[in-house]
Amino acid sequence: MDLSIFLIQTMNGVQYGLLLFLIASGLTLIFGIMHIINLAHGALYMIGAYLAWWLTSQVGNLFLAIVLALPVTVAIGIVIERFLIQTLYKRDHLDQVLLTFGLILVFDSLQSMTWGNDVHSVPMPEILSGSIALTDTLQYPVYRLFVSVVCALIALSMYLVIQRTRLGMIIRAGASNREMVQGLGLNIRNIYTLVFAAGTALTAFAGMIAAPISSVYPGMGSQILIICFVVVVIGGVGSIKGAFLGALLVGLTATWGQILVPEFSGVVVYALMAAVLLWKPRGLFA
Amino acid sequence: MTAMTAAEPLVEAEGLQTYYGRSHVLHGVSLTIRRGETVCLLGRNGMGKTTTIKSVLGFVPPRDGRVRIKGADLTGAPANRIVRQGIGYVPEGRGMFPNLTVRESLLMASRAGTDGRRDWTLERVLHTFPRLAERIDNLAGTLSGGEQQMVAIGRALMTNPDLMILDEATEGLAPLIRRDIWRVIRAIKETGIATLVVDKNVKVLLDLCDRSLIMVKGVLVHDSPSAELRARPDILQQHIGL
Repeated sequence: MDLSIFLIQTMNGVQYGLLLFLIASGLTLIFGIMHIINLAHGALYMIGAYLAWWLTSQVGNLFLAIVLALPVTVAIGIVIERFLIQTLYKRDHLDQVLLTFGLILVFDSLQSMTWGNDVHSVPMPEILSGSIALTDTLQYPVYRLFVSVVCALIALSMYLVIQRTRLGMIIRAGASNREMVQGLGLNIRNIYTLVFAAGTALTAFAGMIAAPISSVYPGMGSQILIICFVVVVIGGVGSIKGAFLGALLVGLTATWGQILVPEFSGVVVYALMAAVLLWKPRGLFA
Repeated sequence: MTAMTAAEPLVEAEGLQTYYGRSHVLHGVSLTIRRGETVCLLGRNGMGKTTTIKSVLGFVPPRDGRVRIKGADLTGAPANRIVRQGIGYVPEGRGMFPNLTVRESLLMASRAGTDGRRDWTLERVLHTFPRLAERIDNLAGTLSGGEQQMVAIGRALMTNPDLMILDEATEGLAPLIRRDIWRVIRAIKETGIATLVVDKNVKVLLDLCDRSLIMVKGVLVHDSPSAELRARPDILQQHIGL
């Protein structure tokens, strides 16, 4: 095989993986810290994508649309956590799954009623719509590189916040002993709200930034949710490091699967998950 | 105003009635802790000592009765609000965050006292517990019981409290480490921080504390200066079995 194809597919795989990480990190954080299984996480990705499409069509610029949409998604996260999720902390996973599955239905209906069921595409911002030449014959779209860099920067800042800041220490402490965090005079409720809102904003942001690449359509949330659960399970539920590695593995496997074994491209990531679980039943970093 | 608040007791609990589900644990407990005072709460297992602490702190809100902290009625307030009024809490079982290092466990709790003072810093805690300096980047979950207890006490001190509440701080520790913990509790007392201690070592407590309370089946049956209780082996025999 041509080296440049290898290079391009690897870059696509890394880009897809980094994008998956943005979504999966919120899923795994919310589970690891608050012990909540949030099935609505994918729906929020979809909401992000639709907001980006709709606002871009109104204001004419994806970046401006993202700036406008992000506060909305943070607010959605706060409202969901305060009014719905907070009633679930003392309940079991079945109740959480029921409620957050209900949220999927609500968001899907809202999307259908507000924006209809057509497939939409979002134009790339002008300055990023070009390509750079990798070889004489092959080019790589600048926008995909941009997505990779932005996702990598967010992943890095997330790591720094969680590992190096006092807020990060408190968040990790809350994951292991909620009552004691309170017993030190810290408001654990606000910390949970913050984590949930941040997770919501991250997944919605992923939907926004991916919109020019993947187009915007009904049901996109459920599709991404399943892949992100694969990522989280491979990485080890609750582990950010695991989500990062799992996302890259899944991204590369899915991308390469389409090239090497196109007839099995639908199952390669699940085969990867099965293989990892046979080797490490609780995921890579559980 | 400042003089008035200074004269207010740190903690005033009045007629606490506390339940776990349907079981009635505290039957009208009233207690007061004043500034700088060292108080011990004695009693056999299961008499309601820990529940008293948890009721005062808001973890298990009383169904009836009042909790005032520095004069402010905080009955039913969430624990973090009550603790924030200047209480350093060292819970039974140490309340470790096993996934945090010693340094992180101490730093995450750090804040100025209610009057803005920052007497207790990471350096001072490490000076008080030199053992923790050696383990500073180890995960709290990998420490020995004694070291974890030092983390729990150091962490509470990092909040620059006016009152330390220590629930079974020497439980399950080797005698030598236990002595070390008592040394530190004494040193804390010398700095003028008030202390409420629950522990099994009655002899040490009667010697250390200004005032002693005895609890039997959810009721405070004795409240006197420790010197008085020391002179009454009959009371100790009756309620604690010494």
